[in-house]
Amino acid sequence: MSTPHSQIAAAFLRRKAAWSPLEAGLWGLALAAAFLFPSQQLLLSEIAILALFALSLDLIVGYAGILSLGHAAFFGIGAYTAGLFSLHVSAEPLAGLAASAVVAGLLGLATSFLVLRGSDLTRLMTTFGVSMLLAEGANQAAWLTGGADGLSGILLGPIAGTFDFDLWGRTGYLYSLAVLFILLLVARRIVHSPFGLSLKAIKRNSRRAAMLGIAPNRRIVVIYTISALYAGMAGALLTQTTSFVSPDVLAFHRSADVLLVLVLGGVGYLYGGIIGAVIFTLLRAWLSVVTPQYWMFWIGLILVALVVIGRDRLDPARAIALVRSRLLGRPAAKPVPLSEDGR
Amino acid sequence: MTPALETQMLVKRFGGLIVTNEVSLSVRPGARHALIGPNGAGKTTLINLLTGALTPSGGRILLSGEDITATTPFERVRRGIARTFQINQLFNDLTPLESVMLAVGERLGHGNRLFRPLAADRAVSEEAAALLERFRLADVMCLPTRDLPYGKQRLLEIALAIALEPKVLLLDEPAAGVPEEDRHEVLAIVRALPADVTVLLIEHDMDLVFSFADRISVLAAGRLFAEGTVEEISGDPEVKAIYLGDAA
Repeated sequence: MSTPHSQIAAAFLRRKAAWSPLEAGLWGLALAAAFLFPSQQLLLSEIAILALFALSLDLIVGYAGILSLGHAAFFGIGAYTAGLFSLHVSAEPLAGLAASAVVAGLLGLATSFLVLRGSDLTRLMTTFGVSMLLAEGANQAAWLTGGADGLSGILLGPIAGTFDFDLWGRTGYLYSLAVLFILLLVARRIVHSPFGLSLKAIKRNSRRAAMLGIAPNRRIVVIYTISALYAGMAGALLTQTTSFVSPDVLAFHRSADVLLVLVLGGVGYLYGGIIGAVIFTLLRAWLSVVTPQYWMFWIGLILVALVVIGRDRLDPARAIALVRSRLLGRPAAKPVPLSEDGR
Repeated sequence: MTPALETQMLVKRFGGLIVTNEVSLSVRPGARHALIGPNGAGKTTLINLLTGALTPSGGRILLSGEDITATTPFERVRRGIARTFQINQLFNDLTPLESVMLAVGERLGHGNRLFRPLAADRAVSEEAAALLERFRLADVMCLPTRDLPYGKQRLLEIALAIALEPKVLLLDEPAAGVPEEDRHEVLAIVRALPADVTVLLIEHDMDLVFSFADRISVLAAGRLFAEGTVEEISGDPEVKAIYLGDAA
């Protein structure tokens, strides 16, 4: 039998996991962009791919509290797998995407054991190390990867045998957007599950989590593997929409960029990677036209400003609460009873 | 009768410092057992040894007669040891509802479910809501934990442990830092704990100890100094000298 309180609880949980109009609007805009900006489809694809890559990083940084400076390892291995798959196995993109997911996921599983122990610093170093190993490996194994020249001559068939890639990149964008959307739905499901809740608990207070009987290692291995799988698919999308792979997919700057994207957009709510990718890519595109040589300077300045000011203060609701508390000299948040029958 | 919780010659050394010195403690099932002692007597170290946060240098720990000395903290929780913390260890930006659901869900083994929404887990949310109601937290269960008054946070601290349905509950100063006007609420909850749960209470507050415990052990300088009923301990001049004397 359900009591009023359990009904309140159920309603609260549903509300928390429900879609907001803002979310729906964002996806509507993303879809409309495919038709509103016919000449910008390549840029839009780039945004969608970077967003997926950042989403994958958010799963481990924002939910499990694991910092990585080598996330390009999974992106890169996914990119190479998709390239090699299309050259040697099948030109069908979805099959290539699946192959990349599997290979990147296996690499994630194998290297997840390196991030179980140690501090943030050791994790930064081990993830960085793994990505460097892979980058050098891809560079040396020229017989397989084409070395520094990369893999070229990648020709892709129509997606699922139906949708041909067009010259302007609209198919490529819609394909990338669809993959991003589906993977976001899956990620959404995961973070709102009991498993997702246990990750939040481990990240916020590992001591208490242990005293609730949560053995963290297995949970971290699972989410790290899922995150690697996502990154691998992002890499596959890059190969498939550009028909080219070079060692650049494993380069250090990719790991750094994606972390920056996540900082720009905010961690721990899934949309940070998407918003960050939009800001980062548009800013880069704009700045590289305005000041081609110094665009990194401006990105750097914005990043520093963001950290100094603090994103919280950029959030309108919080800013209002903060100003109010300063003016009235009262704490910004006070507990408010949700129901009258509580006491 | 097999004790619910037992230590045999338990020793913990940090370098040359002996913090726990051959402690043999026996807590019978269903007991309200208090562990008292002056600051630095090794009470918290003993709790950490019991929960597995620290590894003993010697001796054994038995839970219902089974040796758990070598098991991990998580394994001990699954076997029925739960604890509360002297200083709140809560999930500040989760709500009490989510926190308790986490504890209930882990007990039932739902924590590995990746794709079932938390909201669909009605069995867990109903149990959590009922528990929160019992702990007088129902009216604040959907607020971030950090926004709760301190007294309510202390109640949540206990609720999280009770949600695990432990056989043995280690209460580390449950009323510590609670403002006077909220104390009775915490104490009422502590007194109303289920009778079949064995409670080991670590406490400074003598009013609470004497009104709650049916047996008291006194720890001093890492050793078990005395043990007995409330009357025996409160009447023991030596205990008074080392402990009650400087507290009164």
